Amino acid sequence: METNGNTQDTPTQPEWRAVKAYGDTLNDGAMQFSFCLPVPAGRQAEEAAKLLLAKMGMTDPLITSIEPMGPELTFFVAYARCPHSVDYAAIEIPLSSFPVMDMHGVDAFIETNFGHSITVLGACIGTDAHTVGIDAIMNMKGYDGHYGLERYRMVNAVNLGAQVPIEHLVARARELQADALLVSQIVTQKNAHVTNMTQLVELLEAEGLREQVVLIAGGPRISHQLATELGFDAGFGPGTYAEDVASFVVFEMQRRASSV
Amino acid sequence: MQIPLDIALIGECRQLARSVVAPVLAYIETHSTVSVERAALRVLGVDGVDKEGVPWPNRMVDALVAANRVSCGSLYWLSGACLSQGMSVQAGAEWLAIAGCRPDFDWDALVVEPARREAWAIEQVQQALQTLKGARDARQAFRERLGDAPTPWRYLIVATGNIFEDVPQAVAAARQGADIIAVIRATAQSLLDYVPYGTTAEGSGGTFATAANFRLLRSALDQVSEELGRYVQATNYASGLCMPEISVLAAQEGLDMLLNDALYGILFRDINLYRTLTDQYFSRMVNGFAGITINTGEDNYLTTADAIEAGHTVLSSQFINERFAEAAGIARAQMGLGHAFEIDPRRPDGFLDELAMAQLVRQIFPEHPLKYMPPTKHITGNIFKSYAHQTMYNLATVMTRQHICLLGILTEAIHTPFVADRYLALQNLNYVQNFSGGLMAEFSLQPDGHIARRANQVLQEAHAQLAHIHAVGLVAALGEGCFADVKRTPDGGKGLTGVFEKGEAYFNPVWTALEAHAISGTGV
Repeated sequence: METNGNTQDTPTQPEWRAVKAYGDTLNDGAMQFSFCLPVPAGRQAEEAAKLLLAKMGMTDPLITSIEPMGPELTFFVAYARCPHSVDYAAIEIPLSSFPVMDMHGVDAFIETNFGHSITVLGACIGTDAHTVGIDAIMNMKGYDGHYGLERYRMVNAVNLGAQVPIEHLVARARELQADALLVSQIVTQKNAHVTNMTQLVELLEAEGLREQVVLIAGGPRISHQLATELGFDAGFGPGTYAEDVASFVVFEMQRRASSV
Repeated sequence: MQIPLDIALIGECRQLARSVVAPVLAYIETHSTVSVERAALRVLGVDGVDKEGVPWPNRMVDALVAANRVSCGSLYWLSGACLSQGMSVQAGAEWLAIAGCRPDFDWDALVVEPARREAWAIEQVQQALQTLKGARDARQAFRERLGDAPTPWRYLIVATGNIFEDVPQAVAAARQGADIIAVIRATAQSLLDYVPYGTTAEGSGGTFATAANFRLLRSALDQVSEELGRYVQATNYASGLCMPEISVLAAQEGLDMLLNDALYGILFRDINLYRTLTDQYFSRMVNGFAGITINTGEDNYLTTADAIEAGHTVLSSQFINERFAEAAGIARAQMGLGHAFEIDPRRPDGFLDELAMAQLVRQIFPEHPLKYMPPTKHITGNIFKSYAHQTMYNLATVMTRQHICLLGILTEAIHTPFVADRYLALQNLNYVQNFSGGLMAEFSLQPDGHIARRANQVLQEAHAQLAHIHAVGLVAALGEGCFADVKRTPDGGKGLTGVFEKGEAYFNPVWTALEAHAISGTGV
């Protein structure tokens, strides 16, 4: 999710009313494409690629590469102009306004506001065996120079690892009285992540635990919008570090405590 | 390019690995697992499923476990059933699976004279292993007739979940230039304590490994190999709770390679360590016998641990994997030890560190078909940057003469590869290999330069780690998180209940025959 919460006062420039793609000249609408078509390479294939671009609303299509990948498979690189524009200034993004603190800031915040350490459970749920994401957030070393939650003095971070059954995660959440659950979903084939996430929300609600935990999803195809639609409190995509998640968790915990 | 290395230190590493593995081998000799017992049944040809879809090998071994009779081994009871009932192997297994569940079942009626049992075993096991050997020899002859592609072999992945979609994608990839096709396995399968049966069209994250799916893929690749005049290899995954059985099915269906690591299941699937260590031994004896090249998974360590800080753990694990494989009768030419190009691309001169590691492993394991894995950890959604990153990986592959090159995909971390992604990956490696193949013959290394210093540092750190693992024991070292920053305890993880101590009457002529082959290195 977006974490730069203080950009609500977006300045508006006149040209932001009609923003077009930018190739080498402002408002030229230039875009690049690459795709395959299951047809033999040749003039007919080239025409098919151009037609497809035209149907997408593109103009001036230029096929710059047409390569046979097999008897009936052709790879294209293409350029075209997109006549459409968007009203950038009118776009409203529901930014949750919390500043991102560093590790020490989060620890100090917890100490000041809660007076005791908090428990965060992490897991790859369902059949997902890819722990890269959850490890980046949880592991002591963290990722890319950003320490993981295990290093936080005021966070009791428990990483349950890969392929954790939803029932097991919920049982552990109850047992450890978790304050937050972090769920990683990397495998998204056939929308497995949607099924898993929905089931988790349903089970937490059935067990009466949903209100007691800050529920967060993460993964390369997870957006804040998708996560909140599925009943999570937040979703974090690529480029997220432990402090982004930790900051959200502690502000959300404080918000809940003060709204009671 | 040769790095000056301390040969004596390499010898000490091998000696330490031997000492680390020895007590584990002693444990394995006195233990078996439910999956080893099922694999032994499968070697003799027990196959198929019951009306509920449960495989007969599972039904029969489950019956033995329920009756508390498994410590004699599945073949002890199967031989008794076949001899006393005058049944075939398949009929005997099915009968035992059903009748053995009755509380009043007379187990004593199955106890036959040891001499009869031995005679039955010699006949059955000889026949089964001869069949496997015949299939291996026929495949070898076919492969030699067409010829292997020059190295590095181009390893490509398909993973649709549907074998009927995988097969045409595999054929397309082969036509584009792939030398090895891996069908990624459904993510849940490693934790299934049975092997699914028949062809499968539904799987999440990959396609189920089944004998029927193996057969379909291998048969399509045989056809396309003929068409291309170049042998295209097939690989799958002998890991998880059914390692030994997958090896048997792969051997029966003519697969050429298997992901088959001594420690991977423990570290990355949280399978109990005694279970995996016992399973890997039997599994690897089968692979050794069937001529299947194994791929080890040390590359995975660097997806959780840092590639610079933990570079030496890859090397020390390779020594351990090598020793486990050797003990199970796998020839060095069949050991595809794994490593990876995972150093942070922002590190100044990081490419030199990558070359140091790749060349170090190449020199220490000169006869081994090394498996080199592309960058994944630091790959982002910027496909153009990723493509550049993969080009550097390909250059390291070519410069250090890696054997198996898993092609880096520019959409890694975004989605399962599009057909065009594989095409571009092949184009990239072909370009680099053709354009720079002779590069290293032109250069000699600075004997005290960055690359030589880094390589020797990694070797020394690996030596120190092996000495520590030897001092505390492998089990305790796994508890400390020696590999991949993952900590595992001897009583933790999945599948421990499937491990048992062999009883005095334990009878497993398949194990015995494979072990004889492993020790002698000759045929049955």
